[in-house]
Amino acid sequence: MARDTGARDVAIAGIGATPYYKRGETADKSIIRLAGEAILAACADAGVSVTDVDGLAFYSLARAGYGEQMEAGELVETLGIRELKFSAALTGGGGGSAGSIGLARAAIVAGDASVVVTVMALQQRTRLGTVVASKAVTPVSSFVQPSGLAGPGHLMSLLTRRHMHQYGTTRDAFAEIAISTRQNALSRPKARYREPLTREQYFSARMIADPLCLYDFCLESEGAVAIVTTSIERARDLRQPPVPVVAAAHGGTREWGRAFSWFGMPDDETFASSGNKPIADRLYQRAGITAQDIDVALIYDHFTPMVLMQLEDYGFCEKGEGGPFVLSGAIRYTPERKPGNIAVNTHGGQLSEAYVIGATHILEGVEQLRGTAVNQVAGAELALVTGGPSAIPNSGLILGRDR
Amino acid sequence: MSNQTLATALPADAVKIATDPSTEPFWQAARERRLVAPRCAGCGAFRLPPSPFCPHCQSTAVDWTELSGRATVYTYTVVNGYPGLPDITLVPVVVDLPDAPGARLVSNVVGIDPAEVRIGTELTVDFHPISDGWLLPVFRVAGPPAKEQA
Repeated sequence: MARDTGARDVAIAGIGATPYYKRGETADKSIIRLAGEAILAACADAGVSVTDVDGLAFYSLARAGYGEQMEAGELVETLGIRELKFSAALTGGGGGSAGSIGLARAAIVAGDASVVVTVMALQQRTRLGTVVASKAVTPVSSFVQPSGLAGPGHLMSLLTRRHMHQYGTTRDAFAEIAISTRQNALSRPKARYREPLTREQYFSARMIADPLCLYDFCLESEGAVAIVTTSIERARDLRQPPVPVVAAAHGGTREWGRAFSWFGMPDDETFASSGNKPIADRLYQRAGITAQDIDVALIYDHFTPMVLMQLEDYGFCEKGEGGPFVLSGAIRYTPERKPGNIAVNTHGGQLSEAYVIGATHILEGVEQLRGTAVNQVAGAELALVTGGPSAIPNSGLILGRDR
Repeated sequence: MSNQTLATALPADAVKIATDPSTEPFWQAARERRLVAPRCAGCGAFRLPPSPFCPHCQSTAVDWTELSGRATVYTYTVVNGYPGLPDITLVPVVVDLPDAPGARLVSNVVGIDPAEVRIGTELTVDFHPISDGWLLPVFRVAGPPAKEQA
């Protein structure tokens, strides 16, 4: 196992979540109630009192989904947090999920705060699947919304078409991602979907935005997830084994920009990508490792083809080879890691467990490194967690095991 | 294979646009059935959507350039249904504009069997009514190639 050279100065000390619900099931709860339940669970897991939380590191501008807002003041007021010393959010949307832990690290390393909570809560009062159509039009969105690209999946179907055109990728590869992810969910008590998905079901499903069918889309779920990050020293005194932050990065290049809210990515290779390659390069450089050192990959799976494109951008296979790579069985979970393979979304991901805008991937990374995952990769020492792909910022996170 | 349903654009009352000083010339021209694109007055680079600065030289000066209306399909999707319009068939498309290199437009191909669309299909602009009296540039398959000038 490679010795990484990452920072390891902060660690995830606690994780918590509500049950995962289907769209509409949490209508009797407020977004602050949902977020608060997850925060209290994460603090209990860590063994800290919620009153000791002194930092909030959000992503997606602290929006809960793309409609409601998680106001820091409301959380502080109702949870009894004594004094907030840091409250910030990454810009953009789900692209920042993994990177929010880097934001928490920034607060801790700077000495601004010591117990920092990241939280995402999601209700679908505004249905995310068609959020583009339901938002009030702006001068910028006037160049996309009128076309009928109603939601994120519709937008990404256009990138997918290019990937198929340029590299010969087929829907079989997307089916394999959907089916293998579902397989991982079968043993997960909290997973929304626990029945196997067959090729017949996949290929007879409704086409929503051709080439994407129903099973290429993530779930329309509700729920909340929270993560407690603190200094490595403090984490060692808490209840759980610390899960150090080896490296975190967010951002993206001008060539990616607003990506599929724009479609101006100038070269074919960037267009048919996840936009995460600059993040991957920076993460691996900071950690002093390569993709081959990663034991388990928690890849943001809002849509199956974007998993494939991230596998390329994060260096698990060559650019354009994502189709043959997944069809070889390389992303299937096996308890023992096989050279050249990488277990992907061992928790069932957003395709089959629950969609909470990337936050469940962080939870699974932590469980893998504590050694408590339901689908444990034996001896896992490094986990990759990704955010996005979406408009800048995209993000990534490498978590480790304390040593 | 195909049910022969021709792709359409969203009905006028389902489409609203908003403008700002950077984008309004585009829409004003469309209302006159002209397709235009902003070209940097400093370095000559095209960009779409219109934005305040040229990303290559940071100039704010723009020449609004009238285009031929020719386009090619860079990528497309076939969308079945839209909120409130479950039976609609749309072909949202990203087009390259041969006379505005570097600028792409997100639009629709209309009047075509969706099964016939391909990357590289040659298109020509048309204009489709939307709310508040504006017109939306959309695209149809180009007719027989215009006679080439020798």
